[in-house]
Amino acid sequence: MREFDYQRASDAPEAVALLAANPDARFLGGGTNLVDLMKTGVENPALLVDVRGLPLDRIEVAGDGSLKIGATVTNSDLAADPEVRRRYPALAEAVLAGASGQLRNMATVGGNLLQRTRCGYFGDTTKPCNKRTPGSGCSALTGEHHNHAILDWSEHCVATNPSDMAVALAAFDAVVSLHTVDGDTELPLSEFYLPVGDTPDRETALPPGALITGVTLPAAPVAARSRYRKVRERASYAFANGSIAAALDVEDGTVRDARLAFGAVASRPWRALEAERVLTGGPATAEAFAAAADAELAAARPLPQNGYKVPLIRNLVVDVLTELTQETTR
Amino acid sequence: MTAPSLPVARTTTESAPTRTSGTNAVGTPHARVEGRAKVTGEARYAGDIPFAELAHGWLVLSTVARGRIRSIDTGPVLAMSGVLSVLHHENAPRLTPGVGLMGPDPSTLLLQDDRVPYRGWPVALVVAETSEQARAAAEALVVTYDEEPHDVVFAADHPGAYTPEASGLVQEDVERGDVEAELAASAAVVDEEYTTPEEYHNAMEPHAAMARWENGRLEVVDSNQGSNAVAQLLAALFSLDAASVRVRSEHVGGAFGSKGFGAHLILAVMAATVLDRPVRVVLTRRQVFSFVGFRPATAQRVRLGADADGRLRALEHEAISLSSTLHQFVESSTRHSRALYGADALRIRTKVVPLDVPAPSFMRAPGWAPGSFAVESAMDELAEKTGKDPIRLRVRNEPAVAPASGLPFSSRNVIACYEEGARRFGWADRDPRPGTRRDGRWSLGVGMAASAHSAGVAPATASITAEADGTFTVRIAAADIGTGARTALTQIAADALAVSQEAVRMKIADSDFGPAFLAGGSMGTTSWAWAITEAAVALSKKLALGDPIPAEGVTAKADTTELVGGRDQRESLGFGAQFAEVAVDVTTGEVRVRRMLGIFAVGRVVNPVTARSQLIGGMTWGLSMALHEEGIRDTASGGLANGDLAGYHFAANADVPAIEADWVDDPDTYNPSGIKGLGEIGIVGGAAAIANAVWHATGVRQRHLPIRLDRVLTAGTATH
Repeated sequence: MREFDYQRASDAPEAVALLAANPDARFLGGGTNLVDLMKTGVENPALLVDVRGLPLDRIEVAGDGSLKIGATVTNSDLAADPEVRRRYPALAEAVLAGASGQLRNMATVGGNLLQRTRCGYFGDTTKPCNKRTPGSGCSALTGEHHNHAILDWSEHCVATNPSDMAVALAAFDAVVSLHTVDGDTELPLSEFYLPVGDTPDRETALPPGALITGVTLPAAPVAARSRYRKVRERASYAFANGSIAAALDVEDGTVRDARLAFGAVASRPWRALEAERVLTGGPATAEAFAAAADAELAAARPLPQNGYKVPLIRNLVVDVLTELTQETTR
Repeated sequence: MTAPSLPVARTTTESAPTRTSGTNAVGTPHARVEGRAKVTGEARYAGDIPFAELAHGWLVLSTVARGRIRSIDTGPVLAMSGVLSVLHHENAPRLTPGVGLMGPDPSTLLLQDDRVPYRGWPVALVVAETSEQARAAAEALVVTYDEEPHDVVFAADHPGAYTPEASGLVQEDVERGDVEAELAASAAVVDEEYTTPEEYHNAMEPHAAMARWENGRLEVVDSNQGSNAVAQLLAALFSLDAASVRVRSEHVGGAFGSKGFGAHLILAVMAATVLDRPVRVVLTRRQVFSFVGFRPATAQRVRLGADADGRLRALEHEAISLSSTLHQFVESSTRHSRALYGADALRIRTKVVPLDVPAPSFMRAPGWAPGSFAVESAMDELAEKTGKDPIRLRVRNEPAVAPASGLPFSSRNVIACYEEGARRFGWADRDPRPGTRRDGRWSLGVGMAASAHSAGVAPATASITAEADGTFTVRIAAADIGTGARTALTQIAADALAVSQEAVRMKIADSDFGPAFLAGGSMGTTSWAWAITEAAVALSKKLALGDPIPAEGVTAKADTTELVGGRDQRESLGFGAQFAEVAVDVTTGEVRVRRMLGIFAVGRVVNPVTARSQLIGGMTWGLSMALHEEGIRDTASGGLANGDLAGYHFAANADVPAIEADWVDDPDTYNPSGIKGLGEIGIVGGAAAIANAVWHATGVRQRHLPIRLDRVLTAGTATH
């Protein structure tokens, strides 16, 4: 671990200015991922700008019915918030499915969006990894990859995004608020994460030095009946092998509106727009749900060790949508 | 500054304790004598103890799996802040070959030449004023290699597989009767291959050692399983007089077989010698995954042939395990089949596949744990094929003598375990058909397996001093690796001396106390108890003379070498039966264990509190072995793909349900204390009980550990 400087910022402009003055600096939120990466030598910042004390720790319902979540809200507070639980239950469930109580107490919303992949090769500086060291190669492609991507990976990188929270945010059309040296701006989550392509080291469309100040969830009545289900190799404290955030509005046996996003299948939270298109207006039956999953998963390109993710995601879609349908009908 | 003194059993009264006959400390529950010290932080571990002028060593490990060191660029590192020295093969003290915990082991010959036998082999030790400086310098040290092709891929049909020579640790192959003919004549045959992966023991306390020269004597504070054994090895390796080495290992935060004779310790001694100041080396968690040993992968073929009534006509067990090109280690997985079931014809074979990996080592219940998974799974398959209840099938094949050796058992109460376990688990309610019970999305199933572990005894020496104040000081180079041994030995000494435990001061884990078998093989407490009891007898003879006790006390010693060696040959084992209920979601492959019960026959239980803790701990590990643990070899680099606790999963709290462990009467006088070591048996059979329960829930056999969700999902037929 390299020696580093530490400074605490009191507001967003100050934080951004500190980073602009030192391109080798990183923002520090809860530190639950960054500090680990510093210990293992993956990250070697010269300066940490602590943004946890910034006045961005509120969750508010705006006049238009959208929910504004500050970037420094802890994962624990986000999951416990009554408006989140009422309006977007899948988001609360997703956050609670991640990490441990201690980590959720520290981890922030902004940091959660920027957490790095847990691909074992990325975290081990003695092995090749294009995401960590561009051009060194992808060890996982021909090595261990039983929990790697099935969608939209490239030969440069097959790692997945580890966040549970981001899967639910993707389902609900979240918009990320940013502060840069040029002022405030916004970026839809659908554009926030970049496709892998041949630059797996470039993970987001964040402008250089930009600070995430919050996330806005547009009003979405369908989200009030939503669910997050995570499948993992042990009952807690493990990243997903596959996960799903789903919301469903069914009337008279017909799907009026649906939201679907998958986790642990790609380098970014995977909004299943094709499945949503197939579902909408169709019957709320297990067969239709399976057909929708198949439509989305037609693009899947499983690797030798992770073919199980295709039936896993398919089964999750059918199970969770069936559960939501039964609750709607009841 | 010296190490703090050993915590002792506190005397609760000011008056000298009276010697009373008929104290019964053994068999009654007692909290750990050092428990308060441990929970308050007063107990110091090897990495905690401050020493004046202490320097810190940091290991540099090879990043290639095979080859030679071309260069080590020490210049820039030596210029870094606080750096005192970089030890490597060109400047390190020379060591004596032929030294090892279990015979000559080239793994001990560190920094002696430029060869790299595996990825993670120590190639240098950087010593600095602070641990942080040492680490920064170690991570900056540039080492280049001439790399050679490596082979790290374990397979049962690997061309390099060979049959290891029989020895004290390796059992001879057995060929008795005509296995092929008996199989051909069998009404039911099971012929399957079972595999277990590399598994890694991770003690809470990482390996740590401090070495210093003090008045011409090498003093070592280490975290190990046997201070006297380690002292003798150090003396041999560094060509020192045995009396000039002292090793202490007062508190050990878990060991599980991994804390024998550590590379970090050898390098700490080297650095202390070169620099002539105290040096400590502590391993990181990732380094623990490199060279402290692991349970090797196994591939086991089991063939069972039985009559229609379930009587075994043939039992074949071929166990192949991963070994190292540097040093052979044999995972004796056939120990289970050698001891459990009688058959007309028996074929038992052991092979190893040497690869360019670190030498595997002992890990809780070596051999027994993976072997029981294969054999107890195969017995469940035979129960299915013959339509017999799994317990009845096992009872039907109870042997009169040990099947492989032909020796009588010192005691064998496994049937009592089956019966008590079945009663308490509700086994009679089991519908033998698989896949019949559901709870929402979960399919439920139950399974059982037999447990066994050798219950040996080895020589030890002990001394007891009757102090002038009426208390007694026991000295024995025992190790308490978290098992509660210190407390158990206090109880044993109290009974042997016929005094209250408060009158006994138990001093352990100091090589100066003389030879004693280490904490391993489930033999520690049994072996040490014998020596303490003999010392108590010798002391009471001295005290019987009635002379007043002088200020320095009256001391008696005992050495059980002749007593242990003079016994007739018997198979001495602990037995048990484990039961598990699981829930399986076949649409996701998730397996959750809902309850486990283990009933054991483990001789005389000294301390029910710590005994239960040992058994429950073992069973928890059995669960973890069944569902989670797997070291994944990265073929390209030769190292592990998941060599840290982020990647190597063991059961989290949420995976572990209510686990119950208890025992039945198991009188056994083969050793005078009647104790059978129980530190390892808890892990034996658990994985098979869970695998058998998964079959009962799903109708699909899981023959490869761990039972990962992708294996369940792709094996099952229940997709939508």
